[in-house]
Amino acid sequence: MNQIAFLGAIESGLVFGLVAFGVFLSFRILQFPDLTVDGSFPLGAAVSATMIVSGIDPWLSTLVAAIAGAGAGLITAWLNVRLKILHLLASILTMIALYSVNLRIMGRPNVALLGEQTVLTPFESGSLPYYITTPLVFSVIVLIILVGLVAFLYSEIGLSMRATGANPRMARAHGINTGRMILLGMGISNALVAIAGALFAQSQGSADVTMGVGVIVIGLASVIGGEAVMSTRTMLLAVVACLIGAILYRLAIATALNLDMLGLKSQDLNLVTAVLVTAAIVFPGMKRSLAGVFTRGDS
Amino acid sequence: MISLREIVVTFSKGTPLETLALKSVDLNIDKGEFVTVIGSNGAGKSTLLNILSGEALADSGSLFIDNEELTRRSTHARAGLVARVFQDPLAGTCEQLTIEENLALACGRGRRRTLNQALNGKLRNRFKEQLERLGLGLEERLGDQMGLLSGGQRQAVSLLMATLQPAKILLLDEHTAALDPKTAAFVLELSREIIEEQTLTTLMVTHSMRQALDVGSRTIMMHQGRIVFDVTGKDREGLDVPDLLALFEKRQGESLTDDSLLLSG
Repeated sequence: MNQIAFLGAIESGLVFGLVAFGVFLSFRILQFPDLTVDGSFPLGAAVSATMIVSGIDPWLSTLVAAIAGAGAGLITAWLNVRLKILHLLASILTMIALYSVNLRIMGRPNVALLGEQTVLTPFESGSLPYYITTPLVFSVIVLIILVGLVAFLYSEIGLSMRATGANPRMARAHGINTGRMILLGMGISNALVAIAGALFAQSQGSADVTMGVGVIVIGLASVIGGEAVMSTRTMLLAVVACLIGAILYRLAIATALNLDMLGLKSQDLNLVTAVLVTAAIVFPGMKRSLAGVFTRGDS
Repeated sequence: MISLREIVVTFSKGTPLETLALKSVDLNIDKGEFVTVIGSNGAGKSTLLNILSGEALADSGSLFIDNEELTRRSTHARAGLVARVFQDPLAGTCEQLTIEENLALACGRGRRRTLNQALNGKLRNRFKEQLERLGLGLEERLGDQMGLLSGGQRQAVSLLMATLQPAKILLLDEHTAALDPKTAAFVLELSREIIEEQTLTTLMVTHSMRQALDVGSRTIMMHQGRIVFDVTGKDREGLDVPDLLALFEKRQGESLTDDSLLLSG
């Protein structure tokens, strides 16, 4: 793997770190298996690309993308909380609906951003090549979001959200409106995913209606991978683990695709992803059950 | 004052499994009273408690706390008035959160939650002080995850959590039933201390007639969705388990067989 491929993996690892934060909020904090992600990622891309093409400020377009993503998350949460639709099904319904919505927003299956003003444009004039500036800019954005997310999770409302996922009955007994917490958490989660979609489109130079396929799996792979490689005892560690997981995942994919002897091509990406996720889910569990044979732990 | 008027609760309404859990229950609890509730399985004890907590809603009738109507208010919206300790030690606390986070969560009951950090030095000192009285050494383990604690320890912390913030009524749902006898005695004693100290209005559901008579200031017995008797003050003093059974038999006009076995423990 050459330097450009390596930095490219870091760059998309940072973007998918945001997806992993979102997936962490829904799957881990709220215990809400949310597949909306596959729709809110291209939604963010579609919104920001369409706005950029019509000459609107790229930062503003990214912000509007985040709001659109939050809206998608709120719809899924509302279907579940108010209409009592099973969480998984609610998220699939939103995801499917978003496919049409995204086509409507863009007016066509894809929007090219070549030569347009993106959040990266101001940094391109410098002496550093794009493959270094892009990951640098993205690291700053991702770190700011990481700090904000961790601070939120340690706040009174963040704590209530964690209790909502972990023990809803107890949360209600302590005066927490669990329905509202699910709405808020799902909104934040999908806003993060939409920001990732917007940044991804801007760095890749286009938004495509199919770019969301499998994003949830990558997000999950990052969360699970992060948990496998480091301790997630505190919220700070758990969120950092998501980012580490996402970067490691992209590096693993880049390595797998770069090893000629394996004979893998880029069209094998989703297959490799599925295998990696399965491995990441199964191996920690095997380690634990093997440990269980030798200790009297109950897990 | 807490007052329940003609509360009726039906489970699985409109199905073949339809059961009347509460058949027109009337009950007034004065401020500072400590009421113990006994009754066999299916008598309606838990339903009565759930009506107060909001986990079950009445089909008809009304519930007032200090002249405020709560009949249809959801659990979280009335949590500022009603505190609760669950039977299952795992249900009352959050195992993924640390001890101090659990306590901080309980501190928010009845208050508006903000984006301020949930924990600070002042709160930690308050928690340490509260945990010290348990004598379990938990004041040194504020940052430990709740899941690391034993059932008894968790139940003791649940009790603290329920009483950190003021409430109009404290509900104890067989909160010592899942503990070993020694721990149960410890948690019960702790409950008595805290209730006395804060003069809390309390409703305690129990399976044990002995316990029902030993603690509290008033005892009610439920049977098949009704309150069959209600003793307090002089009448209650000197009452023993056999008296209670006899009283129950008299009120019911039927001989006790299974129920007496269930209750005399």
